[in-house]
Amino acid sequence: MSHSHSATVADAPPRRAAPMPPRRRNAATRRQHRAAYLFILPFFAVFLTMLVAPLVYAGYLSFFESRLIGGEQFAGLANYTRAFADPNFWGGLGRVALFLVIQVPIMLGLALFLALALDTGRARGSRTIRLLIFMPYAVPAVIATLMWGYLYGPDFGPLAQIARGIGWGTPDFLSPGSILGSMMNIVTWEFIGYNMIIMYAALRAIPMELYEAAEIEGAGQFRIAWSIKIPSIRPAILLTVIFSIIGSFQLFNEPSLLNAIAPDAITNSFTPNYYAYNLAFINRELNYAAAIAFLLGLLIAVVSYVVQLGEQRRERRDRKGLR
Amino acid sequence: MRKSRSTAVVLLGGTAVLGLVLTGCTGGTGGGGEAQGEITQEDIDAAMETPTELTFWTWVPDIDQQVAMFEETYPEIDVTVENVGQGLPHYQKLRSAIEAGEGAPDVAQVEYQYIPSFVLSESLLDLAPYGADDISDDYVEWAWNQVSPDEAVWAIPQDVGPMGNLYREDILATAGITEPPATWEEYAQAAQAVKEATGSYISNLGATQAGQMIGFFWQAGVKPFGYDGAETVTIDVNSDEAKAVADYWTQLIQADLISTDVDFNDEWYQGLANGKYAGWLTAAWGPVFLQGTAEGTSGLWRAAPLPQWEEGENVSGNWGGSSDAVLATSENPIAAYVLAEFINHDQESAMSLATEQFLFPPQVSVLEDPAFVDLKSEFYGGQEVNKLFAEISETVDTDFQWLPFMDYVYSSYEETMGTQIAAKGDIAAALDAWQDQLVSYAEDQGFTVE
Repeated sequence: MSHSHSATVADAPPRRAAPMPPRRRNAATRRQHRAAYLFILPFFAVFLTMLVAPLVYAGYLSFFESRLIGGEQFAGLANYTRAFADPNFWGGLGRVALFLVIQVPIMLGLALFLALALDTGRARGSRTIRLLIFMPYAVPAVIATLMWGYLYGPDFGPLAQIARGIGWGTPDFLSPGSILGSMMNIVTWEFIGYNMIIMYAALRAIPMELYEAAEIEGAGQFRIAWSIKIPSIRPAILLTVIFSIIGSFQLFNEPSLLNAIAPDAITNSFTPNYYAYNLAFINRELNYAAAIAFLLGLLIAVVSYVVQLGEQRRERRDRKGLR
Repeated sequence: MRKSRSTAVVLLGGTAVLGLVLTGCTGGTGGGGEAQGEITQEDIDAAMETPTELTFWTWVPDIDQQVAMFEETYPEIDVTVENVGQGLPHYQKLRSAIEAGEGAPDVAQVEYQYIPSFVLSESLLDLAPYGADDISDDYVEWAWNQVSPDEAVWAIPQDVGPMGNLYREDILATAGITEPPATWEEYAQAAQAVKEATGSYISNLGATQAGQMIGFFWQAGVKPFGYDGAETVTIDVNSDEAKAVADYWTQLIQADLISTDVDFNDEWYQGLANGKYAGWLTAAWGPVFLQGTAEGTSGLWRAAPLPQWEEGENVSGNWGGSSDAVLATSENPIAAYVLAEFINHDQESAMSLATEQFLFPPQVSVLEDPAFVDLKSEFYGGQEVNKLFAEISETVDTDFQWLPFMDYVYSSYEETMGTQIAAKGDIAAALDAWQDQLVSYAEDQGFTVE
């Protein structure tokens, strides 16, 4: 199908000309195809060697079992059945699921609010504010987590000192019970600006006429936001939702770095990704780690797909409703 | 469309085959360098006069100094020093290089407790035929046993960490304690007095610091680990002796006389500097480390041996320390051996490691050198701290072994013991959980557990 299309564009006759003689056309097409393949070759080379090959290799590894004594042998689905019965894996999944349902709505809600607020153009110095909100995203995760580790510190951390100063006692942000909440806070701080920028960019693309019409009808800012702006940027919001789902399931940096500050609160299986890493590099169970990583990838794909599907259904329903 | 799909299948199939080939290659890593005849002095002389390039992986700061001394003695040998990370990252890269079959260094720093894991994978060269046998008497016995549990010699000892007690004389004096506690019982009483009089903890037990706890076990004569160099391991972390140590700490922690903050982070550094902790039960590398951490308290600290379980006893344990090993894959084993030996055995080099990098020496000659032992330290009120730790070093139990999977042992310690210590729970019960995890891991990995 891409055949005829690209050919007509390239030949670009002023008006739809009579079909060319078949032979000439074939030669031109072939030449173009060759060029096209050449152009995408670098991509495919990198894609195959850097993405597909390791993936296939990891998949292959997940069907084996390697022991320190006795070496490697084929294990079939044993690693997968082990994962299904592994409370550590499920515990980690439960933790990221909890993270997902609490942190993501808060972060995206705030990001949307900020994007809408900036979009009204009423805030003074909106450009500076935008930059300030976005800045945490530019801070490397390593530094961000170390910084928060200091802020959360029970003895000399400013938060603890303020709390003690007003007589609230010493809050323990790094205990096993509160570390997930502390981590939600870090991730929200890190990614709120990133999500806000996506939403803000989508808001700027809404045609002005819609607002003029609404204003003539006497709609206030809240009404405009609710009935025009939010529905118009729904695809952008969906994008941030899916990014956030993937990000939550793949949480790794924060637990890995916070482990240096609160190793008693961050277990090895705190998140599935962190668990896979520890399995591979500490327990030296590379094969099992590969199986865990594969299951996690599958789960992310399914959840993202379901979310997208739900949104598409809803869109179709809405369109029907309009008609 | 159809065509492209079939190409994809072929490509995928191809990479799978490639995967097979790759794993096929990782099987053998070259034997452990046994069954070679004795290396003669002529062999060594010939090798040291041949232009050779060596790679040396270590994280010891400023080791370039000692490497320069080596290169001066052996001008034909060119050594490249690489720091690929400290601790776990270093070992991970080392293992990856060994498994990949290329990229491994000739000589690598290995902490004592990780030697068995590399012996297990047959990655280390037995240095005995190269002459390492002849220098065994130049090292304190327990340190030599760490690199040479039987006939083979797997590495040359570089530094050690016999344990002692660093404490704030001024804080203890405020609580009416003028002599460092000689027994653990006295230590517990002192902890009570210090807490009541000053609000300080007499010391901190790092919640997840396995090395410190294992050092206490070592002192108490507990033998938690054993490895026969082949397929049999002994795991006994929850023996009665170990539980007695655990109960002691449980009581102090539950009475809030010992803090359980995670160590080696900013909060902990500040705690040492501002008197939150009136002491630190640490190793021979601790005194200099503390000097850098708690500068403002210079002159207030003193060093003493660890408190004892029985009055009149004089025993200690070890925490930390490293050795230099030669990889079995090295193409220049003789030159590699001479490098590992020179750095840690040559008097000038060993002396500079002790006095400039402040690595606590296992070499008898340095431990007896007045320039090292008679050094008075201002930070410790003019005390001869090196002399004290040199004496402690002679009291370390000579027979302590490790498991060939200490990465897992430590991580499992964090999970079981670390969480219990942090939660001020029952440490002895956590020992049972730790034991269970270790045994089940060892069995899963195919070891025979005794």
